Amino acid sequence: MARISLTSDRAGAAWLGLLALSLTALPWYKGAGLLAGPAASALAEALSGRGWFWPLIAAALALGAVALTRGWQVSRLALGLTLAAAFLYVWQGFAVGLRGPSSDWVGGVFARAAEGQTGLGWGGFLAGVALVGLLSDLVAARGFCRGERFASFCITAIVALLTTFVFFPILKLGLAAFVDTEGNLALATFWARLSAPDLWGVACFTGGGRCGVVVNTVVLGVLSATLATALGLALALLVNRTDFRMKRALRAISILPIITPPFVVGVAIILLFGRTGLVTGFVADLMEVRPTRWVYGLPGILIAQVLAFAPVTFLVLLSTLEAINPTLEEASRTLGARAMTTFRTVTWPLLRPGLAAAFLLAFIESLADFGNPIVLGGGYEVLSVKIFFAVVGARYDLGNAATLAMILLALTLIAFWLQMRWMGKKSYVTVTGKSDAGLAAPLPPILKIGVLAVVLPWVLFTLAVYIIIAVGGFVTDVGRWDLTPTLGHLSTAFRFEFAETGLELYGSAWDSMITTLWVAGIAAPLTTLVGILTAWLVARQDFAGRRAFEFGTMLSFAIPGTVVGVSYVAAFNVPPVDITGTAAILIICFIFRNMPVGMRAGLAALAQIDKSMEEASQTMGAGGGTTLRRVVLPLIRPAVFTALVYSFVTAMTAVSAVIFLVSARHNMATAYIMGRVEAGEYALAIAYSAVLMIVMILCVVVIQFLVGTRKLGRRQELQGRTAAEPAE
Amino acid sequence: MTIRHISAAVFAAAGLSATMPVAAQADELVLYCSVQEEWCRAMSEAFQRETGINVLMTRRSSGETYAQIAAEREQPRGDVWWGGTGDPHLQAAQEGLTAEYRSPMLDQMQDWSVRQAETSGYRTVGIYAGGLGFGYNSDLVTENPPACWADLLDPRFEDDVQVANPNSSGTSYTMLATMVQLMGEDEAFQYLAQLHNNISQYTQSGSAPIRAAATGETAIGIVFMHDAVAQTVQGAPIVAVAPCEGTGYEVGSMSIIEGGPNPEAARAFYDWALTPAAQEIGATANSFQIPSNINSATPEAAPRLEEITLIDYDFALYGSSEERTRLLQRWDAEIGSLPQ
Repeated sequence: MARISLTSDRAGAAWLGLLALSLTALPWYKGAGLLAGPAASALAEALSGRGWFWPLIAAALALGAVALTRGWQVSRLALGLTLAAAFLYVWQGFAVGLRGPSSDWVGGVFARAAEGQTGLGWGGFLAGVALVGLLSDLVAARGFCRGERFASFCITAIVALLTTFVFFPILKLGLAAFVDTEGNLALATFWARLSAPDLWGVACFTGGGRCGVVVNTVVLGVLSATLATALGLALALLVNRTDFRMKRALRAISILPIITPPFVVGVAIILLFGRTGLVTGFVADLMEVRPTRWVYGLPGILIAQVLAFAPVTFLVLLSTLEAINPTLEEASRTLGARAMTTFRTVTWPLLRPGLAAAFLLAFIESLADFGNPIVLGGGYEVLSVKIFFAVVGARYDLGNAATLAMILLALTLIAFWLQMRWMGKKSYVTVTGKSDAGLAAPLPPILKIGVLAVVLPWVLFTLAVYIIIAVGGFVTDVGRWDLTPTLGHLSTAFRFEFAETGLELYGSAWDSMITTLWVAGIAAPLTTLVGILTAWLVARQDFAGRRAFEFGTMLSFAIPGTVVGVSYVAAFNVPPVDITGTAAILIICFIFRNMPVGMRAGLAALAQIDKSMEEASQTMGAGGGTTLRRVVLPLIRPAVFTALVYSFVTAMTAVSAVIFLVSARHNMATAYIMGRVEAGEYALAIAYSAVLMIVMILCVVVIQFLVGTRKLGRRQELQGRTAAEPAE
Repeated sequence: MTIRHISAAVFAAAGLSATMPVAAQADELVLYCSVQEEWCRAMSEAFQRETGINVLMTRRSSGETYAQIAAEREQPRGDVWWGGTGDPHLQAAQEGLTAEYRSPMLDQMQDWSVRQAETSGYRTVGIYAGGLGFGYNSDLVTENPPACWADLLDPRFEDDVQVANPNSSGTSYTMLATMVQLMGEDEAFQYLAQLHNNISQYTQSGSAPIRAAATGETAIGIVFMHDAVAQTVQGAPIVAVAPCEGTGYEVGSMSIIEGGPNPEAARAFYDWALTPAAQEIGATANSFQIPSNINSATPEAAPRLEEITLIDYDFALYGSSEERTRLLQRWDAEIGSLPQ
C-alpha cells in the first residue's frame, strides 16, 4: 500500500499539473496553435466574460488545494471533486453551442453565451486527458484494478474514448428513432417503423412472395458466416496441418480478397456470372438454355461475401491452430487414438473459441456489408442497403434509419450471446509455459481430401475473379469484352509529369490515393493498440463492469458503417468536438470500427495462454505495462499481425461509413471507386483497384516484416519439413 | 508499453484533429457536384484555370449530397451544390438549406431555368434540362423496337426492363411523377404494376439501367435520354427513345449553400457556371444535357426538347416534400411490395 501511494503521488500531481497548464496556458478553442499563449486559455476567456468556465476552474483550484494534504489520493473529497470537474468540463462544452446557449438560463446568466463558442482546441483536449488521467489514478489508489495504475488508466481512457466516439454519436442517432420529422417524441411512429411488414415477412419460405428485409439479412448472414467459417477452417488446416506444397501461394491467394476494394469483386462476379457473363454464356450454350440473371440476389451476394470473409476467418483460425499446444495431440496419438479420433476429441474442441470468433466476425461483417449487396443485390434487400437509402435516398428519413440500425444491433447482440453460450465455461488454455515440445498432428487423410475438395474450387474461382481484376483495368472496355490493351484508364487515374517545378500529379485519383495511405497508415497502429489493450484488459484484468466494458467495445463494430457515418456527421459537425471535414474523423472512425477485430483476435489468442507466465512476471516485480510488453505481446504476435493487417486494409477498403466522412479536401479511394462504378466506368474502377491492391500487398509485407512471427517451442519447424518425417 | 507511450499515441491522434485546417482558406471553393465525375472534373479545372480559385470538389449523387447538406446544416462545409435533378434542390430551398441569390446572368436563361429559380424563391436555378425516356440494346431487341411507354408492357420483354427505385433515385422519381401527370394517378399505378412483371430489378442509381443495357445485362433501361445518348456515343449498341405518349423532364439545378465558408467564391462560380463557355464544357465530357443559357450551343448529340412530346411538368407540386412522400409511400405499398 505504501508503495502505491508513493508512486501515485507523483503521477497524480503530474496529471493535476497538466490540468492547470491546459486551463491557464493553452488556447482552449480550436484554430490556434499549441503555443498560442495564455491569452486564449480558458482562464483568460473566463476573465473576459465567458463565465461558463468558472465552475470548472473553481473545481480545479479546489483539487489543487486538496492535493496539498497528505494521502489525498485515497480521500473521498479528491474523487468527488475530480468527478465534479469532469462533469463541469462536459457541461461547459454543451451549455453553449456554436450559435448560442443551449438553454435559456445559461443565456440569462452569461451574456457572452449569445456569441456561441467553437470546438475544443489544444487546451480543451488536454484538460480532458488530464481529467481522465487523474480519475484513473484516484480510483486505482482506492483499489480499482487491485491498485494497478497502468490498467486503471487504460480502462478509464478507453471508456472515455468509447463514450465520446461510439456511444455519444449513437445516442444522438438513437434519439432520432423516437422522434418524428418535426423533432417531437413519437412512440407510435417508432412502433410503426419497427413493426412494418416489409421488415419481418417470411413469405419467401412458404413460396408466395418476398421475405422481409430483416429475414433476408439474417438468412444471408447465417449462410455467409457458415460458409466463410468452413472455408476459413479448410484453409487454416491445409496451411497449418498438412504438407500441401503450395502453402505460400495459398496464403497469398487467401490474402487477396481481404485487400480487394469493395465493388470490384461484385463487378468481376457480374462479368463472370451476369447474363452476358463468361460462365453464364458458356453454360447456357452447353445446355442450350436462355442465359438468366440468376446471380443477382442471394446467390451473388453470398458468393461475394464468402470470398471476402473467408480470409478473415482463415486468419483467426490459423492463429488459433498455431497456438494449440501439440503435446496434447501427441499424447492422444501416443495413447493409441487414431488420427481422426485425435482430431475429433482434441483438436476440434480446442478450435471452438476460434470457430466462434470467426463465425461471429463473418456474421457481423455480413450484416454490415454494403458494397456487395449494392452491386449484386438485385431485388434482394438487406438492412445495410435499406438504411443507406433511408439516409441518402430521395426520402431522407433518419428516424427510420435509426430504427433499422437498432434491429441490426439487436441481431448482433443475439449472435454475441449465442457465441458465449456455445463456448461455455470450458478451459481452452494449452500454452502454459511448461513443456511445450512436440509437433502438431498432421490432418487425418479423409479430412485432408475433404479440405482439398473445398479449397481447390475456391482457388480456381478466386483466380478467375482476380484475372479479371488484373486484366480489366488495362483493356478498352471489359464490360463489353473489348479486350484491346490500353493504358488509358491508368493514365486517367495516375498521370504524372516531371515538369520544371518538379513532379506534377495530374491524374484524378492521386488526391484520394495519398489521403487513403495517410489515413490507413495512422489508423492501423492506433487501432491495433486500442484493440489489443482492450483484449488484454478484458481477459486479464479483474475489474468492476468488465462484461459491460467488453460489450461496449463490440458495439462500434455492430453498427453498420452507414449509420456510423451519419451519426458522426450529426455529432461531430458541432462543438464541443468539431472535427467533420478533417482527416482525424476518418482516422477515429476507423479506430473504433476496427478495434473489435484486434480485440477478438487478441482474446482468442489470450484464451490459450496461461496466466501463470504473467503472474510470474508480476511476482518478480514487473508492472502491468512491462508484463504486457515483454511477456504477453510476444506470445500473441499472430493476433497483433491480424489486427494490424485487418485494420490497415479495412481503412483502405472500407466504404460505408467513409462515404459520409470524406470531404473535398480528404477524399478516400473507396469513395472514388464507388463513384466510378456508379458511373459505369468499370475499367477505371478496376484499374484503380488493381493499383490499390499492389500498394496494399507491399504494405502487408512491410507489416509482416515489422511484427515478425511468434516462436513457440519447435513448432515452426513444421513449416520447413513434411509432417510425415520425424522432426529429429 | 507505459503510460507515456499510450499518452503519446493519444496525443498524436488528437494533435491531428487540432492541427488539421478546418475552415477553408482564402481563394478556395468547396464544390458539391452531382453530375458525372468526368463533367465535374472538367468544370472544376476550367474554373480554377479561369479564376485562380482552388476548387475542392466532391462528387456524390443528388440524394447523398442533399443528405450531407442537411446533416451539416449547423456548420456548412460546402459552398456550391452544382448539378443533379431539381427536386432535391427544391427541397433544400424549401428547408432553407440554400441561400437566395439573383445572378446577373438570370436574364440570359431559358424559361424553364428561370421558372426553377422562381419556384424556389431564387434559391436555386436551372443549369441544364433533359427529357425522360428509355434506351434499348439493339443487339438484343432486333425487330419491332419499342416506341411508347405502352410497348414496355409487351410480354416479350419479361424480366428484361430495368428502372431505378424511386426512393433512391431522382430519375425514377421523375418517371413516377411523369406517369401520374400523363395518365392520372390510379392509372399510373396500374401501369406501373403491369410494368412490374417485366422489371428484372429496381436499381439504386438512376442511370444504372442504361449501363446494364449497354453491357447486355438487360434489354431496356428507363433513364433520362441524355444518359442513353452518352452510352451510344461511347460505342454501346444503345438506341434512345422518346416515348410517343409524351414524357416528363428534369431541370438540373445549382444552389449556393446557406452559410458556406466562401460566399464570394460561391457567387463567382455561380455566375461563371451560367456562362455559355462554362456550359459548353458538358459536351466535351460526354454529357448531353441541354444547357440553360440561351446563348450556349446545345451539343449535337443531345436529344432536343422541342422534338420530344413534353408534358407540362409541375415542378412546384412534385418537388414538394409532402407530395413526394405521399407518392413514394404509395409506390412502396403497391409496387415495391409486389413479389419479384
